[in-house]
This record gives sequence, structure tokens and C-alpha cells, in this order.
Amino acid sequence: MQSELIPAAERAGLLKRLLAGELPDDRGRFGPFGGRYAPETLMPALERLTAGVRRYLADPDFQAELGGELRDWVGRPTALSPAPGLGRRWGVTVFLKREDLAHTGAHKINNALGQALLARRLGAQRVIAETGAGQHGVATAAACARVGIPCVVYMGAVDVQRQAPNVERMVQLGARVVPVKSGDRTLRAAIDEAFRDWVSDPDGSYYLLGSAVGPHPYPLLVRELQAVIGREARAQCLARLGRLPDAVVACVGGGSNAIGLFHPLVGDAGVALIGVEAGGRSARLGDNAATLATGRPGVLHGTYSMLLQDPDGQVQETHSVSAGLDYPGVGPEHALLQAIGRVTYTSATDEEALDALRECCAAEGILPAIESAHAFAGARKWAAMNPGRTLLIGLSGRGDKDMPTLSQVFGGARQILAEAGE
Amino acid sequence: MTAMAPHQRITDALRRTTSAGRPALVAYITAGYPQKESFIPTLRAIAAEVDVVEVGVPFSDPMADGVTIQRASRAAIAAGVSLRWILAQLTEAAPFAAPVVLMGYLNPLLNMGYERLAAAAVPAGVCGFIVPDLPIEESGEFAAALSARGLAAIQLVTPTTPPERLATLCAASRGFVYAVTVAGVTGGSRELPAEVPAYLARVRAATRLPVCAGFGVRRADQVRALAPHADGVIVGSALVEHLEAGGDPVAFLRALRPRP
Repeated sequence: MQSELIPAAERAGLLKRLLAGELPDDRGRFGPFGGRYAPETLMPALERLTAGVRRYLADPDFQAELGGELRDWVGRPTALSPAPGLGRRWGVTVFLKREDLAHTGAHKINNALGQALLARRLGAQRVIAETGAGQHGVATAAACARVGIPCVVYMGAVDVQRQAPNVERMVQLGARVVPVKSGDRTLRAAIDEAFRDWVSDPDGSYYLLGSAVGPHPYPLLVRELQAVIGREARAQCLARLGRLPDAVVACVGGGSNAIGLFHPLVGDAGVALIGVEAGGRSARLGDNAATLATGRPGVLHGTYSMLLQDPDGQVQETHSVSAGLDYPGVGPEHALLQAIGRVTYTSATDEEALDALRECCAAEGILPAIESAHAFAGARKWAAMNPGRTLLIGLSGRGDKDMPTLSQVFGGARQILAEAGE
Repeated sequence: MTAMAPHQRITDALRRTTSAGRPALVAYITAGYPQKESFIPTLRAIAAEVDVVEVGVPFSDPMADGVTIQRASRAAIAAGVSLRWILAQLTEAAPFAAPVVLMGYLNPLLNMGYERLAAAAVPAGVCGFIVPDLPIEESGEFAAALSARGLAAIQLVTPTTPPERLATLCAASRGFVYAVTVAGVTGGSRELPAEVPAYLARVRAATRLPVCAGFGVRRADQVRALAPHADGVIVGSALVEHLEAGGDPVAFLRALRPRP
């Protein structure tokens, strides 16, 4: 089905334009995908933001400020870690790009900091954000505290419960957290609610969107701010190995860590790029969040991309054990990369991801986020078919926030106490 | 006599009222809510009372709507209300005493296909569409499919719309121009901001079409206050709430109209 979305004859041309920096175009299009499907009230604000993005991303002062804060406050560059334990088990050479070591524990901080600095330059009085797993909320709360702008974070009521430690962190960092009880009470409902807030104050508020989704210019802005991951990883691989890995694997929900890792490597034709979506409980519609694998094109949250929807065009509820991947849409650049055949998208089930999480803990002494564990599960499958090769996994975040879910699944402290007869 | 184009029926219905010296009234209901089976009888009763009826096509992610229409949309979808169902119901029951306009988010419309949608709209008595998440930059194909059948693509303008953009939107609109009175979602209960008359005057100066003001209109005194500044007034969430509470929509709408 994906093969029909962009005719074969046009794919090479679109790849060339992407590599030349011409995508998204002025209308925010990545080939057929992207665009700006927003309420009229927000159109002037989106125009102002687009002008701000063009001005400041090219501004040496802004880049110097951002680069300094990424180094001094976020702790970049993040490490490239060999993973010999996993390598032995899988029969390949494995490296990890350690976004879990970035301040606040995930790649989300790269985007949150960049946009908070942009919001200040644009004169915003307050920042609005949504969050799923809570990582973007924590990153935004921290960045806003650092930059000095108050922020409000919308979070689905279901996610408030399953990511409670991150709610506490946001509160400590000074954010106002609003549980969203409408819609499906997860990330998607939180985005709906954040847009509603922004529609009510488009001039004074800055919407700090957390993934490479949404109306133009967000997919562009978020990609540019996350591309630091791929630029660093590329340089670190060349310095350490003298060459690039054979494959690069990342998890995909909205797709910001994946696009950040992939984008600087899209032009390296010898590097296989693999995105891993949340396969959830099963392949049945509603049981997973594997948008690229099973979705159809549609419009949600301001962008035309692949979408999990029913035959009437209603957006489907999704399921994933990981709150951060539990989203029925995906960034438009991923839809393009899939349609032109440059990136392969697979999925990992809840069970496979949890299994990969345990394996990473045991083999490497690293607890990945459940989101990132999907990338490990996808990498293991790739390794089984490509023995002896070298692969790089985007370790997008650490798993501390997942303790409530993990102790529910695996027993954890309760089980230890029970075994000890307490 | 050639039949009047659907978009002209909207304009004509609004003009007839204003030339009689009364402000036009536009009513919004979410299709199939609160009861699926009362959709057509409710619509018929409302159409006999107002000048244009907006029928809301429920969507799973109504990001420009407040809590009332969110609740109505979710319940209607759960009850099995879909765009196909709405068009089938309307086709069976048409004609209505007032022109019908479909209001809904883009994805269900896109999913049906614009050509198919436009073709199905005509026998259903649908005269136009309002799509709050389809800005003019993205509306080319949709507007072309509607225009080929004389259907109106009704444009929304807002207090944040800059002058040049206002002119573009007004020039592209058919049927009427939908002037959103406040920056915000539907169904707010705030007082109308003091700058509304000046804003509506700017909109009226930019178009020859009737200008209808909506968002947050729920009481007769608000209708009275808006009436001198707009050709029509749109009431949505308040009517949906009245229906939810089991009230009579006709009595509610009559009470909103200023007495001569």
C-alpha cells in the first residue's frame, strides 16, 4: 500500500530534494505529507513562528546560545557506548547513542531547550506543552525554569497515573500539570487540549510541541533541534570505527528521536535505517500504535501523514505499554521516508519490548525507557538476520520513569518482599 | 426557472431575514445527539425556526471545540453516527425548511473523498461546508470539488486575522462569512469583548456576503448586542446543552430572537 502513495518515478527526486534541504517546502510539505491544517485563529501565530524559526535557526547568536546550553546544561555530546554484552548475545557489534544520559533523562530536552530559547526570543509570556510519557513535560518544565518562562503541561489522566514519577518531577520544576480527562485520556487527548489552550491565547502563549508532528513549522523545527543526535552519532562512529554502522535503529511514536537520529544519515546510502513502532498487544486495529505499518493517510493535529483511523475517518484509540509511543499519528517526514523506501519501519510488541528491556539491563547494566526498548527489540531481529554486522541503537531515554509499569508487570519490590516472607 | 445554486440558497435565506429587519439566526446541532433516532425530527423542527442549520459531523479529535461539543461528538460517534449515516439520513428526509450546512473537521471528509462527498451532498440538501481545521492554503482541492456543484466553502475569520488575510478569506467564502467573535474554543461563556463591534465592522467592510457571528453566544441579551453589528448570529453549544437536558429547541431558539 505504501508503494502507491508516491509513484516510483518520483521517489529518487524527493530523496534528492530532502538531502538538498528543500523539504519541507514553503508550505511545510514533505512531498505529499505535512502541511498546516490548523484553526484560523492560530494561522497568524504559526506564521510568526515560521518566521522565527527561519530567522533564529540561521542566526549565529541563537546557535551559540543553544550550543552553549546543550553543552553546559544538557551535557552534550552524549556518549556513544559500545554494548559488548548485547553484541555477544546477538552475534553483531552494537553501539548505543546515549540520549538517556542527557539532562532530564531523554532526548526530549534537545527540543524543549531549543524551543524554550526560541519562545523567549519571540517574547512569549507563557509556554504550553503536552506530554505522554512525561519526558517532554519534564524537559519542558526544566527548560522553562532555566529560561525563565512559566509553563503549563497537559497530560492525559491515564498517563498521569502510569507515569507518576514524572508528574512529581514536573511539579518540582515549577510546571502546572493539568490532567486531561477528555478523549482517550492519553497523549493524543493532551495534544487536543494543548491546542485548545493555544487557540484561546495565540498571541501571548508559545506552544512547545514535543514531537516531530503538528502543523508546519513544527515537524521542521523539531527535526532541526533533534538532528544534533544524528550529527553527533555520525561523527562519533567515524572517529571510533573509521566508518558508519551498517544499520541504525530507533523507536518511533510521533518520531522525534528517530528523525533526529536518521536525518543526518539519510544521505549515507550504505546505512540501513530502521524505525520500530509499538506493536502493542496484537496487530488488530486498536491494539497497537503501529501507524506506519497499518495506517492510512489522514489529517490529525494539523498535519497530513499516516494515521490509525477507522473506515469513517475517526482516529483510532491505540494501545502500547509505553505511554510515549501510544499515539495514532506519526511525523510527516517519516511518512515520506517510508513512502520513498529510505527507511524500513517495523514493530515490536509490548512483550518483545519488555523482554528487550530486561536483556539490556542484564547485558549492559542500563535500564532503558520502555519506548527505547522497542528499538532494542527491533535491533535484535535485525541482528538475527545480519550476523557479524555493526549496528547503532538510539537509546532515547532512561527507564526510571517506568518503575510503576515495570513493578506492575514484573512484581519488583512486592515480589522480593513476598519471597522474603514479609 | 433554473434552480438556485446551493451556496446562493444560504445567502438568500440570510438576506431575506435581514431585509425583513431581523437578525438572522443560525443554529448548530451535533448530528444524532443526544439521540440518534431524533436527529431528523429535531433538525426539521429547528430548520422551521431558524434561517440556516449547521449539522455537526462528529470527529474524534475536535481541537477547536469546548467541552459541550467534545462530549456530544464522543457520544455521537459511540452511537454510530458517521458522515455516511448523516448523508443517508439527510437524503431520505430532504428537503428542509432552511438550508443545511455541514460543519466538521477535515479527516472524515478527506476519508470519504471530496468528489464523492460533494456528489452526495446535493441530494442530501446540504448547501455548504464549514471545516475549522482546513485553512485556505490547504483548501484548493476541497473548494474546487464543492464549487463544481455550487456548494459553499464557508470561511471562518477570527479577531486575530490580519487585514490582508481577511480580504482573501472573504473573497473566497461562499454562502456567508463566519466571524468567530473570540479567540478560543466553542461554547465559552465569557461576555463578548468590547472590541467585537469594531471587529465585525471590519469583516462587513471586507465582504458583500452576510456576516454571521458565532462562538460563545448563549443568551438573548448577547444576540441583541450582536444583532446591530452582524447579519446573523450563530448559536451552538448552548443549543446542544439545551437538547441534552431534554429541552424544547424551538422554545429555546424563539427566546433568543430579539422581539420586534
